[in-house]
Amino acid sequence: MRIAGKGLIDRDTPVHFRFDGVAHQGFAGDTLASALLAQGVRLMGRSFKYHRPRGVLTAGSEEPNALVTVGQGAHADPNVRATVQEIYDGLEAHPQNAWPSLRYDLLSLNDLAAPFLSAGFYYKTFMWPRAFWEKLYEPVIRRAAGLGALSGQPDPDAYEKAYAFCDLLVIGAGPAGLMAALTAAEAGADVILCDEDTRSGGRLLAEDEEVDGQPGHAWAQALTDRLRAMPNVRVMRRTTVTGVYDQGTYGALERVGQHLPHRASLPRACFWRIVAKRAVLASGAIERPVAFPNNDRPGIMTAGAVRAYLNRWGVAPGRRVVVFGNNDDAHRTARDLVAAGVHVAALVDSRHEAQASDAYPVHAGAVLCNTQGRLGLESVTIRTAKGEERIAADTLAMSGGWNPSLHLTCHMNGRPVWRDDIAAFVPKPDMVPGLIPAGACHGAFSTHACLEEGRAAALRALSELGMTAKDVPLAEAEDAPVSLRPLWQVLGKGRAWLDFQNDVTAKDVALAAQENFCSVEHMKRYTTQGMAPDQGKNSNVAALAVLADATGRSIPETGTTTFRPPYTPVAIAAMGAGAEGKGFAPERKTTSHAATVERGAPMIEAGLWYRPSYFPDPGESHWRQSCDREVRMVRESVGICDVSTLGKIDVQGPDAGRFLDLVYTNMMSTVKPGRVRYGLMLREDGHVMDDGTAARLSEGQYLITTTTAAAGQVMAHLDFVAQGLRPDLDVRLASVTEQWAQFAVAGPQSRALLDGLLDAPLDPEAWPFMACGPVKVMGIAARLFRISFSGEHAYEIAVPARYGDSLFRLLVARAEALGGGPYGMEALNVLRIEKGFITHAEIHGRTTAFDIGMDRMVSAKKDCIGKVMADRPGLKGPEREQLVGLRPVGESKEMTAGAHLFEPGTEPVRVNAQGYVTSVGFSPTLGTMLALGFLRNGRARHGERVKLKDHLRQVETLCEVCDPVFFDPDGGRLRG
Amino acid sequence: MRIRCPICGDRDLREFTYKGDAVALNRPGPEAAAQAWDDYLHLRRNPAGATRELWYHGGGCGAWIVVTRDTVTHEILGAVLAEEAEA
Repeated sequence: MRIAGKGLIDRDTPVHFRFDGVAHQGFAGDTLASALLAQGVRLMGRSFKYHRPRGVLTAGSEEPNALVTVGQGAHADPNVRATVQEIYDGLEAHPQNAWPSLRYDLLSLNDLAAPFLSAGFYYKTFMWPRAFWEKLYEPVIRRAAGLGALSGQPDPDAYEKAYAFCDLLVIGAGPAGLMAALTAAEAGADVILCDEDTRSGGRLLAEDEEVDGQPGHAWAQALTDRLRAMPNVRVMRRTTVTGVYDQGTYGALERVGQHLPHRASLPRACFWRIVAKRAVLASGAIERPVAFPNNDRPGIMTAGAVRAYLNRWGVAPGRRVVVFGNNDDAHRTARDLVAAGVHVAALVDSRHEAQASDAYPVHAGAVLCNTQGRLGLESVTIRTAKGEERIAADTLAMSGGWNPSLHLTCHMNGRPVWRDDIAAFVPKPDMVPGLIPAGACHGAFSTHACLEEGRAAALRALSELGMTAKDVPLAEAEDAPVSLRPLWQVLGKGRAWLDFQNDVTAKDVALAAQENFCSVEHMKRYTTQGMAPDQGKNSNVAALAVLADATGRSIPETGTTTFRPPYTPVAIAAMGAGAEGKGFAPERKTTSHAATVERGAPMIEAGLWYRPSYFPDPGESHWRQSCDREVRMVRESVGICDVSTLGKIDVQGPDAGRFLDLVYTNMMSTVKPGRVRYGLMLREDGHVMDDGTAARLSEGQYLITTTTAAAGQVMAHLDFVAQGLRPDLDVRLASVTEQWAQFAVAGPQSRALLDGLLDAPLDPEAWPFMACGPVKVMGIAARLFRISFSGEHAYEIAVPARYGDSLFRLLVARAEALGGGPYGMEALNVLRIEKGFITHAEIHGRTTAFDIGMDRMVSAKKDCIGKVMADRPGLKGPEREQLVGLRPVGESKEMTAGAHLFEPGTEPVRVNAQGYVTSVGFSPTLGTMLALGFLRNGRARHGERVKLKDHLRQVETLCEVCDPVFFDPDGGRLRG
Repeated sequence: MRIRCPICGDRDLREFTYKGDAVALNRPGPEAAAQAWDDYLHLRRNPAGATRELWYHGGGCGAWIVVTRDTVTHEILGAVLAEEAEA
C-alpha cells in the first residue's frame, strides 16, 4: 500500500497496466514491482525447478524472482525483471513458468519431490536408457524447469548499435560516480556518465538521508542537471555497462523503447561500444540475503529493497514487518519503517551486542529459523537463547551485509581479494588497465567515503591523462562505519535458499562438497548455483561461504567463480543490431543488374554478388529450356554475359613481370605487350589457390583476373607477397574490379557483332586468340581481350563502370539482331563443362596442379609460391585423384555433383571409393549429361567404366571415363 | 580491439584480418632443406606473452602489418609495416 507524501513518483500521472490478466494502476516513476507491491500483489513468479511461489526479493537489476514476460507473440520479451521494467499505459506483463496459473501451478508438485531433485539429480537420474535422452527426458525437464519461453519467431523489433569515445567513462551515477563525473568534467575532460537506473542518485534514491543539507535524491538531481548542462558531458540513463573488453572498450546496453508503449519506429535497445581512455567504476553494492529455512516466500525481501520501496516509491511492502540482520542496516530499516508509520513486529539481530530501541522490540543474539505461509509470508519463527518463538508478519526484511558490485573488474581475468572487516570481496588495484573502482563497489560504504573515493578516482584518471584538476569541494554526508558480524546460514529443518533463481539450497552446496565437487567452479556446475540470468549476483558469496564451511577452508582459500560479461542480460538482437539480413551480407550488383532484372532473369548469389541464372524467353517454363537454348546460341551465333564480378587487379611497375613470375606457376614476364596468358596460382602448401588471366597492357602494366569467389583472397595474397616477401620489387597493386564493367561476347558471330560496334573494325591479323589492347566504343576508351571461357571465338570488352549499363543493353540488342542474346550462369557452366574448364568446384583447396592436369604449367625455370611444397611425396603420382570427364553409358543417365565413384563390381562403401564428381550439366551440344570429377589415377583410365553412386539422392549411374575436354578438343573454334 | 596502422592510425579490429605468426615473412629459398620448409609452413610457437603476428588492413589501406601483441593481456606493444619489418 502507498504511504501518503512519500516517494519520488508522480501521483498526478496515473498509469494503467495489466499483470497476469488483471488491470492495475500505478504512477509515473513506478517499476512493475513497486506498482504491484503498492496494489498488495506479492506473488510474482514461480521458481525454476520446484515451482515455489516467489515474490520480489530486491529493488534492482539483480532481481532473481520477479521475472515476467512483457508483450505478446513475436514481440514478447521473456525474463524481464519486474524491478527494472518501468510501467507505461498499456503494459501487459505475464508471469512465467507456471501452469495453469500463478496461484495454482500444477508443477509445484516438484516441490514435494524435492528430496529427489537435489544437486546433480540430472546426472544421477536420467542416465538410462540412452534412447530416452532426447525424446523423453529433455523435453520433460525443459518444460518443468524453465524461465520465460521464446516465441520461436524472428524478432520483428528494431535495435540499434552505436559507438562513443571519451576521456573518462563513469559507470554508475550514485554519490561516487557523480563526484567522479563532476571532478573530471570541471577539468575539461570528455565524460560519459552511465547509469542503469532511470535517474541518478544510486542508493541515495532509496535512503532517507541528507547530502549537503538537502535530501540525497535532490542533491543528486541538482548535480546531474549541472552535468547535463556541460558541453563535455554526456549523461546516459537506462544504460547498463555490461562488459569490459580490450584497450578500454566497454559494452553498454541502453533501454531505448522498453519503457514506452510499442512503436515500430522506436528501437527497443541500443548496444553501445564505448572507448574510454580511463574509466571509474562506481557500481555500488548488492545486499545479500541470509540462508535460513524457507527464506524464499513472497514477502521476504532484502532490507535495502524494503527501504527502497518505502522511500523511493512510497510503498509499504506490508503491514507487519520483521527485520532480520547481522549489521546496522537492519536498524536503519526498522527506523525508516516506524517513521513511515509501518508496524515493526520485531528486529532480530544475530549480534549479541545489538542496541535496544523504544520503537520496536529487538531480539539480540537471535536468528530467523523458519517461515510460514503458502502463497506469501504469514509468520516467522525466531530462535533466541530462550528457545523458538513464532511471530506473525507479512513482510520480512533481511540483511546479511553488502557485496561490492565488482563484476566488471573481473572481466579480464582479474581475481578480487577478501576483506575480513567488511566480510566481502573487493577489487584489487588495476585488475583492468585504466579502470578505477570507487565507492561501495570498492568496499567504501558510507556516503562520505563514496564521495571522497569518487573524487580521488577522477583525480587519478586526470593526472594519468595529463589534465589539470580544479578544486571540487566534497558535500557534507553521513560517514557511519561498517558494523557487521558475518552470518551466512542458519541451520535448521527445511531448505535454506542461496540461489533463488536456480533453486539452489545450502544443502545442495554441502552435498556437492560431500560428493567431492569441492572446487568452487565444480560446485557451480554441479549445483547450477550462479548460472541463472542473475549470474549469482545475490548468491555467489553466500554459496562459497557455505562451501568453505563444508570443506573446512576459509572464504579466500575457496575463492570465487569467474565473472564474465554481460553484467545483465543483453538481447542478441541488440548486439547484432544492423548485422542481420542485408546488413550481414550486403548485395553487390553489376552494372547490368537493372537490364537483367527487366528481362525477368532469376538472380543467384555468387558470394555477395548477384548474377543471372538464365534469361527466360516467352514460352519457356523450365530453366533447362532456357539454358539449353542459351548454350546453342553461343555455339551457333553469339551470346553476351556480364563477367564484371571476376576480380581485376592492376599490377604496375618495372618489376611487375618478375612479381607475377613469383605468384603464378608459369612465366608471365615473357608475355608480350598486347597479349594475354592463362595462369595458375598455388598456395605456399602446393595446392591450387586460383586461376585467371594476365593481360600485359604495356611494358610496365598487367591487368590480371581472378575468379569471382577468390578475388578478395588473391588480392590479400598478392599484397602479402609484394609487401612481406618481396618489398625489394618495384611493383604496385590496385583492385579495379568495381571500376570496370566487363562483358563476354562469345560465339561464331562475336567478331561481326564487335565490328559493327567498335569505332574501327577488328583486324583479324592483329587480334589472334589471346590478344588484348585498347579499342574505342563510340569514342569511349575501352579494353578488349580475346579470351574465351566458352570454347568459342570470343572476346571480353571492358569499359569504365559508368558505361556498363548502356554497353550491356547495346551488346544484347546487337546480339539479338544476329540471332543471339544474353546468357546466364547455367549456360556459362554448361559451356565450360563441355570444354573441361575448371572452376572452384574443381580447385576446391585440396587439388594440386598435377591433379587438374596442369603440372606442365609449373615452370621449371623459376621459383614460384607453392612450387617446393607441390613436389612433396604424395602430391604427385598414380595414387592421386586426377581430373577426368565422365559420361553416362548405362540405363540411368542421371549424374549429380557430390556423388562418389566406384569400380563397377565393388560395393559402394567408403573404403572402395575411387573418386568423386565435382560438376555436372546437360550438354545440348552433345545431347548427353556430362560430368567433371576426380578419379584415382584417372588420366590413365580413359575408356574404363566406373559406377557413379550418390547415396543421398539415390543415384547410381554407370559412366565411361574420358578426357575432361568433351568438345572441340583441339580448340579450332576458339582460335578460328 | 584497435590496431595502430602505421599508415592510417588507430583503426577498429574489424578492418583487419589475421594471418598468423610473422614467421611467414621468412620464406626459405627454393633450395632450402625439407625441414626448413616444413618449419616455415607448419611450425608455430604458442607463447604466453609477446608474439609477432601478421594483420592485413584489407578494410583500409591494404597494408600488411607486423603487430607485436601480448597473448595474455592482449596489449598491443607495437605495429610496423611488413615491408619495413625485420624478417
